Amino acid sequence: MSAVPVVAPVIRPAGRRVHLRPQTGWQPIHFGELWHYRELLWILALRDVKVRYKQTVLGVTWALIQPFLQMILFVAVFAKNGFSTDGVAAPVFYFSGLLPWLLFSNSLTTAGNSLINNQHLITKVYFPRLVIPIAAIITALIDFAISFALLIALMAWYRVPPTSSILLLPVFILLAMLAALAVGLWLSALNVQYRDVRYVLGFLVQFWLFATPVIYPASMVKTHWRRIVLGINPMSGVVEGFRWTMYGKPAPGPMTLVSVITIFALLIGGLFYFRRMEKTFADLI
Amino acid sequence: MNDCAIEVGGLSKLYRIGGEQKLYPTLRESVAGAITSRFRRNGNGAKSNAREFWALKDVNFQVQRGEVVGIIGRNGAGKSTLLKILSRITDPTEGEIEIDGRVGSLLEVGTGFHPELTGRENVFLNGAILGMKRREIAGKFDEIVAFAETEKFLDTPVKFYSSGMYTRLAFAVAAHLEPEILIVDEVLAVGDASFQKKCLGKMNDVSKQGRTVLFVSHNMTALRSLCTRAVWLENGKVMENGHTTDVVGSYMRKNTIANPESVWSEGSAPGDDRIRLRSVRLISRSNSTDQITVHTPLSIEFTYWNTMPGAVLNISALLYTSEEICVLVTVSDFRPRAVGLIRHILEIPGDFLNANSYFVNMLIVKDASVPILRQDNVLSFDVVEGEVTGNWYGATPGTVRPKLVWKSEAVDASEIDLATARAQSD
Repeated sequence: MSAVPVVAPVIRPAGRRVHLRPQTGWQPIHFGELWHYRELLWILALRDVKVRYKQTVLGVTWALIQPFLQMILFVAVFAKNGFSTDGVAAPVFYFSGLLPWLLFSNSLTTAGNSLINNQHLITKVYFPRLVIPIAAIITALIDFAISFALLIALMAWYRVPPTSSILLLPVFILLAMLAALAVGLWLSALNVQYRDVRYVLGFLVQFWLFATPVIYPASMVKTHWRRIVLGINPMSGVVEGFRWTMYGKPAPGPMTLVSVITIFALLIGGLFYFRRMEKTFADLI
Repeated sequence: MNDCAIEVGGLSKLYRIGGEQKLYPTLRESVAGAITSRFRRNGNGAKSNAREFWALKDVNFQVQRGEVVGIIGRNGAGKSTLLKILSRITDPTEGEIEIDGRVGSLLEVGTGFHPELTGRENVFLNGAILGMKRREIAGKFDEIVAFAETEKFLDTPVKFYSSGMYTRLAFAVAAHLEPEILIVDEVLAVGDASFQKKCLGKMNDVSKQGRTVLFVSHNMTALRSLCTRAVWLENGKVMENGHTTDVVGSYMRKNTIANPESVWSEGSAPGDDRIRLRSVRLISRSNSTDQITVHTPLSIEFTYWNTMPGAVLNISALLYTSEEICVLVTVSDFRPRAVGLIRHILEIPGDFLNANSYFVNMLIVKDASVPILRQDNVLSFDVVEGEVTGNWYGATPGTVRPKLVWKSEAVDASEIDLATARAQSD
């Protein structure tokens, strides 16, 4: 059999000793191992991107159509009825709110269901399970990038000039993704045991939209303290911050800080919870 | 022993099976369960609804570097659980495992293959899932494709592949995994005969390169030829651990000839006041009593009591494979039988049945037309592979494997031409 390849002799890299024993309680998070599996992370994200619009007529255009139609709906229902848009052209206002919101909500939904959707991998191969929800979130970033081009076009059309604050744009994109990961870790791990999460996710995202200043500006919340309370919703700070990076107002305040703190608190908790539940995934899923 | 690749000590794995056999607990049930269990505990003692099940219990063994170890056992013996723990997919409940070396596990062929992606994309995806680096896969890409023989369809989504092509491509990726320790579940049970042969050949190569291999299989022939040592698991415990030939031998003694005879006491015997069964026995007509191979000549002895003077009785034996495929029906002679104990002996020649599990149903008919006794599954037995000739370790297809007469000779071409011409002109 000439087709049978000759396999190279085994070279033993050092430090490959693994010790397996029952794990109880809270475990440390192995970021080094996660880094080791970065190629898998990337290839899983790439898989989802490739598969996403297979066998659709409009393909990637869907990434544009969804936020665009939603924006038109908001303009027709809210802006035409005198809702404040912070003095910015209504289409730009809504679209710039929808973009980070959709990045978050799409990431959250896919991440929340990601373990369930990849159960054939979980029961057959070992890799840090954290790879799966993170890959799901990277996938949502592609849609975001496509619709971002439309936002630039809208801003040019309505002559809304960008300001120097645009340099901080990556920070808020990252924050939106971290917020989605933070909540997604909790929900995806819960989803393994309780399939109720699948249904909860749908309306959680709907309710959350109204608790976030997407349709309305945070300035509509009058008192300073109430705005800080609004900041407990991590997406409040992210959406407002995103708008600020795009056209320079309104400047971030204590609300943003509260949101960032919430994101990191949820994320750290989520990481440890996920790590704790991880070992039972293959048995429960 | 410093050169241990795998060291398993006191390994146990407990599964809790919900009493209500619900696949997924919902939140409501869990909350309700927490409340009721608290009540129960406060009340008349805790009584858990969940059943506990030890898939593995206190398993100990070691695998030296470069050893090829087979794991055998019946379904549910804990083999898959063991592999899952060694592959780090699930956690042990008790015990410790020390693994020294990069582990590659193949619990399935084509894990993570996505139907919408092309063959090329799936090679990279599957490789990454199995733990290969992108560079590594790219370097071996041509070899993988050549092994799979799917060059032409590389850019076709695998959903359009035939199942054979799909399996070949999936196995090709796996075959190029180069871990120091390879853990393989029954992946070779897929594909057609020639593909199985290729897989086993590849396994043979791997084992000869000095890699440590842990191999679960039901194919005893393959195990005997590939593995130096075998571990027999039963009900989550190690029954025997030693030379493959010894362990496989005792495993087969325990597990084959599942039900070589049925003897009934007078009260419980099937039948009525006309006919009453006494016994059905399988007799091996070979010197070695160990196991029935494809070469062993067999006899089946049926005995029953007859109370009808001069009744014309005959007996039929129906032989089935474990997949309930009827291999044959054979009918005895029709003749008036005396009152008393009647015995029929059916002879099955050696080199006739294939390696498989078989069971026997029987039927007694009066006057060649009236069935008066039908008894199913009176016997069951396993026929195993005999000595291997050549290097073919896979299963031979077919329900029977008779030795038929072949006439082979060198002939003169002109004679054949003449004969055909004559036949055509007739």
